[in-house]
Amino acid sequence: MPVTHPSLPLTTPLLQGCDGDVLKVADLHFHYPDHHEALRGVSLNLCEGEKVALVGPNGAGKSTLMLHLNGILTGEGEVNIAGLRIEPENLPTIRAMVGLVFQSPDDQLFSPTVFEDVAFGPLYMGLPEDEVRERVDEALEMVLMSDYRERLSHHLSVGEKKRIAIATVLSMRPQILVLDEPSAGLDPRARRGLINLLRDLPITMLISSHDLLMVRELFPRMVIMDEGRIVADGPTAELMEDEALLEAHGLEKP
Amino acid sequence: MHADAFDRFHEAESRLHRLDPRVKVVATVLFILSNALLPDGAWAAYGLAWSALLWANQLSSLGVDYSFRRSFIALPFALAAVSAIFSPVGHPLAEWALGPITLIPTDYGLIKFGSILLRSWLSVQAAILLVATTRFPDMIHAFEHLHVPAVLTTVVSFLYRYLFVLSDEVLRLLRARQSRSATVTGYRPGRNVAWRARVTGNMVGQLFLRSYERSDRIYNAMLARGYTGQMRTLTPHVMLAGDWVFAVFSMVILLLLQLIGRF
Repeated sequence: MPVTHPSLPLTTPLLQGCDGDVLKVADLHFHYPDHHEALRGVSLNLCEGEKVALVGPNGAGKSTLMLHLNGILTGEGEVNIAGLRIEPENLPTIRAMVGLVFQSPDDQLFSPTVFEDVAFGPLYMGLPEDEVRERVDEALEMVLMSDYRERLSHHLSVGEKKRIAIATVLSMRPQILVLDEPSAGLDPRARRGLINLLRDLPITMLISSHDLLMVRELFPRMVIMDEGRIVADGPTAELMEDEALLEAHGLEKP
Repeated sequence: MHADAFDRFHEAESRLHRLDPRVKVVATVLFILSNALLPDGAWAAYGLAWSALLWANQLSSLGVDYSFRRSFIALPFALAAVSAIFSPVGHPLAEWALGPITLIPTDYGLIKFGSILLRSWLSVQAAILLVATTRFPDMIHAFEHLHVPAVLTTVVSFLYRYLFVLSDEVLRLLRARQSRSATVTGYRPGRNVAWRARVTGNMVGQLFLRSYERSDRIYNAMLARGYTGQMRTLTPHVMLAGDWVFAVFSMVILLLLQLIGRF
């Protein structure tokens, strides 16, 4: 059921005076090899320090959009990270700037121990060992998991894996953190821990979520996606009050 | 996002798609057998076999050259027959000296090589056409009807099921690694070969662990829904008049092939 909301001014960024200095997506189109059109002209700007939530029903194109932000998928249109346009030759640089955390932490963690997983990014960059250790310690400290250095990733709980997955990209000191449904599948305590963690991380953030309570609590700006388009972009507090809008796009006011 | 590179079934509405899978499986197997039995240098028979194949392609509505276009993937395997060119029987055509070894291609050897190449090419195309026009569960079902041991059909059907699971898992692991394989100015990325090899080794280990656990979960889910070791399919397998006609017609062609090839 196609739903459009022409009444909302989509082009006006929330923060004035910023032209998407961290993330700038312009008219992005993408279709999967089976010709399913996943993105139909997405434009989105993020400014330094902004924390933005991307919401919308399953299949709206949220994950597809996120996979474009570090060039794993490449569609037609423009994606800029901190002024650097995503192109094949600067993908390695882009990947250091965008910390992409997949929805399932199992997809993210591929090394035997927590330490090796968090160290993968910095090691791959070719940093000297002292700096790698320093970065791993720093990243684990940020997610409050310093005691888990030598643990086996495979044997952690989902909540613990989630934090480690975030640490694996923090160790690369990214400019923007992109998280795909971070609170999915967490128990209330792990969820609360995650919310506190995301609040305290001093970094630009774009997360997708179905957890509207968390969105309301944490993210001042909310972007609603449906059927491959951005249908609303504005202050969370305002959009959350528009029950008709939420309902039209398969969401429920929390 | 899923890897479906292995699924070669092509949805289409055609005579060949509708044909009973048993007829298709038997005809394909016999066609391959017939090719294997044809003598060397039976060019007329090869030509007729190829025409039959083209006709089957036409029936599949996938295009006359469908199986031909897809067949090149198997060509490297035919290279195993290259040694046949240098058969000690027959008249030498030339003499190539490669260091201490002297290679002598013969006319007999060349004919043999050409025949092997053509016959395997024809057989591969038949198999490609079978896979493209028959749903996998239907094919397994046909094998069961033809009294292929259940252990074999079960192993094949599981292999097929898990191939997708495995390749999806690989895709996700590679994506995760790719996302964190970055460079910063002033440093050479990628460390060294030994380290990258170790990471890859770890990933293979992870892959095994995960697919093992996942396959367990899938199997449990299958059991929970009443799986008893047999693939079910909604397609009813009833031999219609058309199926019998096709079956008899193929047998006649195969017999004709053998007659032409031998006399």
